[in-house]
Amino acid sequence: MSTEAPAVWTRKHLLGLHELSADEIRFILDTADSFKEVSTRSVKKVPALRGRVVVNAFWEDSTRTRTSFQLAAQRLSADTIDFSEKTSSVSKGETLIDTARNIEAMGIDVIVIRHPAAGAAQLLSRTVNCSIVNAGDGAHEHPTQGLLDLYTIRERFGRIEGLKVAIVGDIANSRVARSNLFALTKLGAEVILVGPPTLLPRSFEQLGARVTHDFDSVIGELDVVNMLRVQFERIKTSQFPTVREFTSMYGLTWDRFQRCKRDVFVMHPGPMNRGIEIQSDIADGSQSGILQQVTNGLAVRMAVLYLVTQATSGSDGQR
Amino acid sequence: MASILIQNGTVLDPSQKLERKADVLLRDGKVAAIGTNLGQADRVIDASGCYVTPGLIDVHVHFREPGDEEEETIASGSASAVAGGFTTVCCMPNTKPPLDNEAQVEFVCRESQRVGLANVYPVGAITKGREGKELAEIGSMHRRGAVAFSDDGVGVNDAAVMRKALQYAKMFDTVLMQHCEEHSLSGGSMHAGLASTTLGLAGIPAEAEQLMIARDLLLNRTIGCRYHVQHISTAWSVELIRQAKRDGQKWVTAEVAPHHLLLTDEHCATYDTNYKMNPPLRTGADVKACIEGVKDGTIDILATDHAPHLSEEKELEFPFAPFGIIGLEPALPLYVKALVEPGHISWMRLIEMMTSRAAAIVKLADKGTLRDGADADVTIIDPNREWTLDIEQFASKSRNCPYQGWTLKGRATHTIVGGDLKWQISH
Repeated sequence: MSTEAPAVWTRKHLLGLHELSADEIRFILDTADSFKEVSTRSVKKVPALRGRVVVNAFWEDSTRTRTSFQLAAQRLSADTIDFSEKTSSVSKGETLIDTARNIEAMGIDVIVIRHPAAGAAQLLSRTVNCSIVNAGDGAHEHPTQGLLDLYTIRERFGRIEGLKVAIVGDIANSRVARSNLFALTKLGAEVILVGPPTLLPRSFEQLGARVTHDFDSVIGELDVVNMLRVQFERIKTSQFPTVREFTSMYGLTWDRFQRCKRDVFVMHPGPMNRGIEIQSDIADGSQSGILQQVTNGLAVRMAVLYLVTQATSGSDGQR
Repeated sequence: MASILIQNGTVLDPSQKLERKADVLLRDGKVAAIGTNLGQADRVIDASGCYVTPGLIDVHVHFREPGDEEEETIASGSASAVAGGFTTVCCMPNTKPPLDNEAQVEFVCRESQRVGLANVYPVGAITKGREGKELAEIGSMHRRGAVAFSDDGVGVNDAAVMRKALQYAKMFDTVLMQHCEEHSLSGGSMHAGLASTTLGLAGIPAEAEQLMIARDLLLNRTIGCRYHVQHISTAWSVELIRQAKRDGQKWVTAEVAPHHLLLTDEHCATYDTNYKMNPPLRTGADVKACIEGVKDGTIDILATDHAPHLSEEKELEFPFAPFGIIGLEPALPLYVKALVEPGHISWMRLIEMMTSRAAAIVKLADKGTLRDGADADVTIIDPNREWTLDIEQFASKSRNCPYQGWTLKGRATHTIVGGDLKWQISH
């Protein structure tokens, strides 16, 4: 492990994958490679962030992302603090900026933020001095999820370029879909977005994706199928008529799975609705990468925390 | 009363199709003469190199009083108006409580007189509480001095209520100004399009505006109430108005704001809430169509939608921040930049849209003109003056303005209201 980040990484924050270059994305994935080995040791810790403080500030419920970031920080020997707030600044007296400034005043190095409003991470990056890592902002981006998906795909196929990757479901409201789309296209994959028009606006075509509303028409050509979670709260606003109809058109059923390529790779960012967007035995089967995604998430987040803090010490030189 | 003689300027008065070097004499609050050798006056202003125009009029401002006086007051808003060269403004009724009855209308008139800077005319609410359910007392408010009616901030969403409003307001020959936004399609925080998709922000589709315009034009086709589309922002909205005018619906008018002539939804890319307004910034094609609408006369007037908000309100997550941008102080040079500099319209046409045309919509017979006996509201404009916009210099109480640091050309140097010099630039 080298102790200083090479010139390719100079960013103090990780706000999204849209703004990263292909080289920067590859660099994070390569850095994650070297961190993955740490988790296989009997003593699963390196001193890279000793003396640093990482705050998990979550304005939304989350189990795996939060746990993953916490463990990632701990494996780098950072001190971690958990901060959670169910309500956002609309209903509460203190604004997001004030909360963040207060947290920062305790002398911390990184804020990992999950927030229901798109742009919340950008807003913080403009107003605080510590590093900001976006752990999901509204329907905008979830960059570490995108990175861990890419990492898992690369691990499986040895490459990303030239692969056909379908992302299926509620694209419009998905930050996972956006982060995957931005990064996969930069690294040369073909991204096919699949969902009903109410959840998949045509403007995604201008972002470099192929858009289809007919899952069956593309099912046989896919190398990777990434199934998004059905968000039941959307049914209330009638973005689709019933769960039953959604499953019949966009679920990864056994029948559809049979028509996939033999070596198709099945992914899901979790939490899954078994039997709705994905059939249970497919999720648990040999083609599924769902648990590898979780495992790799740890290495990717270690890499991200490591890189943004290195950039911090490089730029202000005070730490 | 004192007299003022404005010398050596170029008089630009669209109401008389007048563009020539001449002096202007104001006496006893009225325009006394335009010509040469006009004799003595108590005060002489040298307007060499400047245009001398009727006082600028903005029919769409929010002065937040009563209710949100920390954002703006009639006093601070009036100061902002005269600093931008505006002598007359019409303030929207979405105050707290709303301007939906005689007493509120009376309050605005009196407070405006007490402040004594710009002429501030109230726009009354169309419906009680701006709730879109029952008609407000349009007749009584009209009698007390409300020059127009609007539920601005929201549109009148119920077609039956809007039909009644059109029928009823027609009786007074007043104008209904509609904030066109079909409620069931709203709820987003920026224009629905490629930029909103990229940013993951909920969008307000262009159809939300178009649908209400189309509906109102249909409702009003056989009624013929004077109907004014506020802050038009989409290409198809412009086309709808164009068709209505072609169809002979002379009672239809429209306004456009500076930001819809200069900025696009791509400016939202950094989640800077100074670019969050309603109607939202649209696409480049929409901007082009709005400019085209100004050029061919489809859009009648220019109005700022001056909407002050405190920085602590604006420094929120993009979806949670309020809509709005202030506009009075930078308006004139922004219009120049958007319309005159590229050669789309002449100075004469620009001033016409900001004076006589606006006065006609709100029926202010003695304003928007420099003919003999008209109110002595005059703006002196240096068209060549270059300046760098600094929001900290604004007279407005608020700072929600994305043009900070822009270099602009053209600026009001003197603002005269009712024969009194209310503002002049500090050199």
